[in-house]
Amino acid sequence: MHAAATEVTASLPIAVSYLRYIPLAPLVGVLFHVALGYRLGRRAVGLVACAAVAVSFALAAKAFLTVLGSAAGTVVTDNVYQWLSSGEFTANVTFSVDALSSVMIMVVTGVGFLIHLYSIGYMAHEEDYARFFAYLNLFTAAMLVLVLADNLPLMFVGWEGVGLCSYLLIGFWYTDPEKASAGKKAFLVNRIGDAGFVLGAFTIFWALVDLGQGSLTFATINARAAELPAWASLAGALLLFVGATGKSAQIPLYVWLPDAMAGPTPVSALIHAATMVTAGVYMVARLHGLFEAAPAALQVVGIVGAATALLAATIGIAQTDIKKVLAYSTVSQLGYMFLALGVGAYGAGIFHVMTHAFFKALLFLGAGSVIHGLHDEQDIRRMGGVAQKMPITHATFALGVLAIAGVPGLSGFFSKDEILASAYAGGHFGLWICGVLGASITAFYMTRLYVLTFRGKFRGDHHKWDHAHESPIQMTLPLMVLAALAVVGGYVGVPEVLGGNNAFAEYLAPSVGHHQLGLAAGTELMLMGISVAAALTGIGLAWVMYSKGPDADLILKNKLGGLYQQMREAYNIDAVYDALVVQPLMRASDALWHSVDVRVIDGVANGTAAAVNSAGEGWRRWSTGNVQHYMLTVLVGVAALILALTLSSLIGVAG
Amino acid sequence: MIGTVHYLALSAVLFSIGAVGAVVRRNVIIIFMSIELMLNAANLAFVAGSNSLGSMNGQSIVFFVMTVAAAEAAVGLAVILALFRNRQTVAADEIALLKW
Amino acid sequence: MSPLAFYPLAFVCIASAMGVVLSRNPVRSALSLVASLFCLAVFYVFLQAHLVAALQIIVYAGAVMVLFLFVITLLNLESDRGLGEKPVLSAIGFGAGAIVAGGLIAALSRTSLGARAVTLVPTFGTTKVLARQLFGDYLVAFELTSMLLLVAVVGAVVLAKRDGSYEGDEQEAAVPARSEEASH
Repeated sequence: MHAAATEVTASLPIAVSYLRYIPLAPLVGVLFHVALGYRLGRRAVGLVACAAVAVSFALAAKAFLTVLGSAAGTVVTDNVYQWLSSGEFTANVTFSVDALSSVMIMVVTGVGFLIHLYSIGYMAHEEDYARFFAYLNLFTAAMLVLVLADNLPLMFVGWEGVGLCSYLLIGFWYTDPEKASAGKKAFLVNRIGDAGFVLGAFTIFWALVDLGQGSLTFATINARAAELPAWASLAGALLLFVGATGKSAQIPLYVWLPDAMAGPTPVSALIHAATMVTAGVYMVARLHGLFEAAPAALQVVGIVGAATALLAATIGIAQTDIKKVLAYSTVSQLGYMFLALGVGAYGAGIFHVMTHAFFKALLFLGAGSVIHGLHDEQDIRRMGGVAQKMPITHATFALGVLAIAGVPGLSGFFSKDEILASAYAGGHFGLWICGVLGASITAFYMTRLYVLTFRGKFRGDHHKWDHAHESPIQMTLPLMVLAALAVVGGYVGVPEVLGGNNAFAEYLAPSVGHHQLGLAAGTELMLMGISVAAALTGIGLAWVMYSKGPDADLILKNKLGGLYQQMREAYNIDAVYDALVVQPLMRASDALWHSVDVRVIDGVANGTAAAVNSAGEGWRRWSTGNVQHYMLTVLVGVAALILALTLSSLIGVAG
Repeated sequence: MIGTVHYLALSAVLFSIGAVGAVVRRNVIIIFMSIELMLNAANLAFVAGSNSLGSMNGQSIVFFVMTVAAAEAAVGLAVILALFRNRQTVAADEIALLKW
Repeated sequence: MSPLAFYPLAFVCIASAMGVVLSRNPVRSALSLVASLFCLAVFYVFLQAHLVAALQIIVYAGAVMVLFLFVITLLNLESDRGLGEKPVLSAIGFGAGAIVAGGLIAALSRTSLGARAVTLVPTFGTTKVLARQLFGDYLVAFELTSMLLLVAVVGAVVLAKRDGSYEGDEQEAAVPARSEEASH
């Protein structure tokens, strides 16, 4: 794996100056929406928002094709200016595109564009149209800075930027206190992760300075990671991973993502499924050299990923809100990505990032379409039979379900299978079992979701049924495009055992190294068979059970007992955190307020004031206004000085 | 033989008397005269130093001190006159106007 | 200067200086100050500062002290109670003054200024030499003193003059009114 690091440093940079316009175009859009958005109306806002992202997409495609068409290891860079220079430390605003980031910018701008387009229809009845698109464009810009940055400080700018936009968009309907507090929760939980990110960056910088390196570019970190002291690479990697768990919703910081569904559905699709939440995965892959220098940290990444994948999947079984199911599914799928990273299969992780972006964005947008068509109904127990009213949404959503469930031939199958095969090949049987189990559960709850929503008879208010309608073309077009991508997206990474050449992993190899499975073809096919069987079992079971309607939940409830209730309540993690973290903090703050703040700090401040005041009262008597008293003071002072000098010299003579 | 030290000692005594007078008396005119006494004590020290060092600079500075003292006396007495006219007093502690 | 001349003269000088401070009557204080200044003039003569001695008598004992006496009589000041008015203040003042004088004398007694370091040139202290210095080395300062005196004269006249422009109101102008106007 060390060979990969040297490959990165030996990369061939191509200096260009158009990369800066990739994040700049959406920023111009933001300015437009803020300054003119409310004056020029909805059409202009929607047009500019989409056009800005389209420009970014075109430039991203140009960069992608440059990297694709050049020799392996080519990096396109755009050095804009020196941003920070302090002592030994320098950081530039430099954007760079290599194989890894080219995939990311394509996903961000491509899926981003489709979701912008979708939002025009979805948000059509929204008052704050311009504000929504300003946030959305700002998010796109920040995400692109995050992905394009060639050093940690600049990545952090994007990292914070997407966090801010996430907060703004979750709390978009800020008049609803519940939604506003969901935004705050996301922000605060992310803050914990961001603290880890910053501390990790500092740790690495501290250790790098000892090696004579005053910069935090990814190339430097990856190249010199092996020379870092063990504690530094371990601490740095773990702290950065804390940042990743915050942004990418992993145990223990995943609690914000389900609540983040309070935001508009396109936001859930773009930020909380396709792009922002994969930032942590991207960051770990970007710094693979560092994580490889600390195998223990990598192990933690894998275990956390597998645990999250399994835990979130079990919660997903029992949820009744269509968006909550998808949210826990996202957490679970992100867990798979970290599982891939943890076993060293960075290419597989990024592959899953890409395919997941396609099918999860599709699922969210489809869910949004259903919610939109049913007039803000989100509870799947009051849905059913929607397929009749919304044929396009139904068809595309079904493809998304099949893709995420891992049905052979669709994109999710290839990426998930590569992850599981890598885990097995790396000897991580525990992780592999978790993964297979999770895959089966995923197939189960996704099928449950699909059946309860689209099959059977409508169980809700018949007024809603009468008014249910298929969404407009701006919304269905992105669905169709994403559905196509969800189907074919996986064929860039067909494994060799199935007659492909795994072009995707080959393409990413210069950035993240090549991960050789080293498995016999038979073993690989057997693994594939197991995961397909697991997925089909889940699908079949759910299909049989839920065709009778949502009451099938009772079967599970009876079988699982109290555990089911826990799953429905998401294991009450929020309550646990409240009891373990929030309440002790509140009590400690309260105690500190009463003891330290009131007694000590206020005491010091008031005491100082009181002392000065009383001293002033005393000294005021000196200030009689009588000149002679002042003169006397001077005279006495002179006398005292002379006396002191005389006495000291007398003593000096005597001594 | 009387040397420079004696003159300086005399100067010190005169200066101290002047300083005490400026502090203890209420009458601003007497305060003023005490200040003149202090100036003259300084003059004596200058002249004695001039004699001791064989330098005329000491005498020149006495000339300037006298000039300044004369100017000060003229202005100071005019101030006292104006003050008396306004407040009917020359007692220093009755014109404690510096107090807020 | 022989001790026989110095000590009596110094005694007179100090005694008259004490008279300035201790006299209850301002006129007596002023006359004591004149006596003290005369004694200083004698010392100046002995220190080869002839012109300074002359100026001391003419300017100080003459002009300045006449001005003092003039003001005292003009204001028609009565005798006050002298030191008795502020016993505590006086005690502190005298104590501090005694310490200053004693400390300075104690410090002087341990210096080596007793013998003169140089022999004086025959022309030392003559008017010619002093004039050469004042109109040579210190010409600018000298000219500035003339400016200072001019300003002082103008200032004194302005301050002491009864305000002509208010002549009509002068009779009715009560003391508080005047002070109020002055404070503006």
